[in-house]
Amino acid sequence: MSTDSQLTTESLTPGARAGFEPFDLDRPWRLHPQVSVRPERFGALLYHFGTRRLSFLKSPALLTVVNSLGDAPSARAACLSAGVTEAELPSYATALGTLAASQMIRPREAS
Amino acid sequence: MTVPALVEQFQYGLDAPICLTWELTYACNLSCVHCLSSSGRRDPRELSTAECRAVIDELERMQVFYVNIGGGEPTVRPDFWELVDYATAHHVGVKFSTNGVKITPARARQLAASDYVDVQISLDGATAEVNDAVRGAGSYATALRAMENLAAAGFRGFKLSVVITRQNAGQLDAFKAIADRFGAQLRLTRLRPSGRGADVWDELHPTAAQQRQLYDWLVKHGEDVLTGDSFFHLAAYGEPLPGLNLCGAGRVVCLIDPVGDVYACPFAIHDSFLAGSVRDPGGFATVWRESELFTDLRRPQTGGACQSCSAYDSCRGGCMAAKFFTGLPLDGPDPECVKGHGVLALAAVADAPAPRPSGDHSHRTRPVPVTISRRPPDSACNESPLAGFSPGG
Repeated sequence: MSTDSQLTTESLTPGARAGFEPFDLDRPWRLHPQVSVRPERFGALLYHFGTRRLSFLKSPALLTVVNSLGDAPSARAACLSAGVTEAELPSYATALGTLAASQMIRPREAS
Repeated sequence: MTVPALVEQFQYGLDAPICLTWELTYACNLSCVHCLSSSGRRDPRELSTAECRAVIDELERMQVFYVNIGGGEPTVRPDFWELVDYATAHHVGVKFSTNGVKITPARARQLAASDYVDVQISLDGATAEVNDAVRGAGSYATALRAMENLAAAGFRGFKLSVVITRQNAGQLDAFKAIADRFGAQLRLTRLRPSGRGADVWDELHPTAAQQRQLYDWLVKHGEDVLTGDSFFHLAAYGEPLPGLNLCGAGRVVCLIDPVGDVYACPFAIHDSFLAGSVRDPGGFATVWRESELFTDLRRPQTGGACQSCSAYDSCRGGCMAAKFFTGLPLDGPDPECVKGHGVLALAAVADAPAPRPSGDHSHRTRPVPVTISRRPPDSACNESPLAGFSPGG
C-alpha cells in the first residue's frame, strides 16, 4: 500500500442536528453494546465499533446520563437523577436524540 | 451545555489519541512513486511480535478506539493476522490499508465475519492505465480482485481509498462507480509531498482548477464520501467539508512507525516531527502525554503570515507536512492555499533545498514480490566498499 494512512476522525458526528424524529424521554434506553465510552475533560468521546462512527458528549452531566441509561426506568429518570432540571430537559432530549439517530444508544425493553 | 467548540478542545490535545496510524513494516511488494513512507525494504529494527502486542496492550489501557494499520504493505508481515486478532480481542479496533495482494477469497470471508476490522483498498486510478503508472504494473488488477473477493464474501462498506492526483482528479465519478459496484465506501485523500511523494509532487499534485472541482464534488457528496479530514485547507473556499477541519497532528492523532518511532503524523516522517519511541522507558503513553514536541503542538498556534487572511479561521494555515516538505515556513500558507498565497510563498523559497525525509526504505532496483520471514534481517546492508575492512596495524 504505502500511499495512504488514514488520519483521523472522518466519521465525527456533528452535534445536534434537526430532522429526525423526536426523542422519547419516557421509555427505557441503553448504550449500544458495541459502543465504547471514553471520558474527556469536556465530557466524553463515544466510538461505535459497528458503524465506525465517532461522537462526543459535550458535558460531564450528559456523560452521567448516558452511563446511567441502562439502569434507569426511562431516559427522563436518568436525566433527573443526574441533576438535569426540567428546563434543561429539552436540550438533553435533543442530544440523546442525536445519539439515538446514530445508533449510539438504543431502546431497551422495560424490565 | 455551552462549552467551547470541539475543535478548540481538540486543538489543545487529548489524554490519548482518538486513533492513530501504525505502519507495521516498511516492506512492500510495490514501489509507488508517491509512497509517503518511502517504503520497500524491511527494516532490521522492526518491532517484534511481542513488542507489537505490548503496544496494543498500552493502547487498550489508554482507550484508543482504533488503529489505522499501514506500511509498507502490512499484510506481508507473517504475524499480521495474529496481531489484528490480538488488537480486536483487546478492544482496539483495526482498519488496515492494503494494496490487496493478500486478500484471497478465504481471507475475505474471515474479514467479513469480524465487526471490529475494516479494510481499506488503495487505488490511485479508476483505470489501470492511470493507476499502474503510479502504483506499478498489475496493481490495478490486484486491487480489483481484492475488492471482488471482499464483495463476494459479503463485506459491506469496506473503503476504496484514493490519493487525488492531477492524473486522476477527473475520474471522481468513475471512482464512485467502482466503490458502488463493490458495496464499498469511497475515500479520497490529499497527496502530500512526503516520502517519495516529494520527488513527484510537482507533477502529481492537483492544479488549482482541479482543487476547486474536487471541493465542489466533495460538498455535493457530503458524508457519503470520506476524506480522512485531509482537505481542510479547501475549507477556505467557504463552507467547511464534513469532519474535523483541523490538523490533528500530535493533538488527536499520531504515527507509530515500523521501528516504534512516534511521529506527529503519518506524513511527517522527519526528525523534526519525531516525538520519541514506544521503546523508550514509559512507552507510548509517556511519549504522547509528555514529549516536548507534542506539548509544543498543543500550544495555541499563531497564524504567522496567514494571520491577516480572512480565511485563516477556516483553513488554519493548512497542512504542516505539506509546508515542511516543500520548504515553506510552518507558520505561513499551505503550498496549495486556495487563495494563491502558497504559489507566491513557493516562489520565494525556490532556490533553497526543501528538507528530505529522515529515512528511506525504497527498493534499490525494481520491486520484487516479497514473502518475508518471521525473523527480521540481522542488520541493514552495509554498502560501503570498505565494509568490514580495518587497516592492519
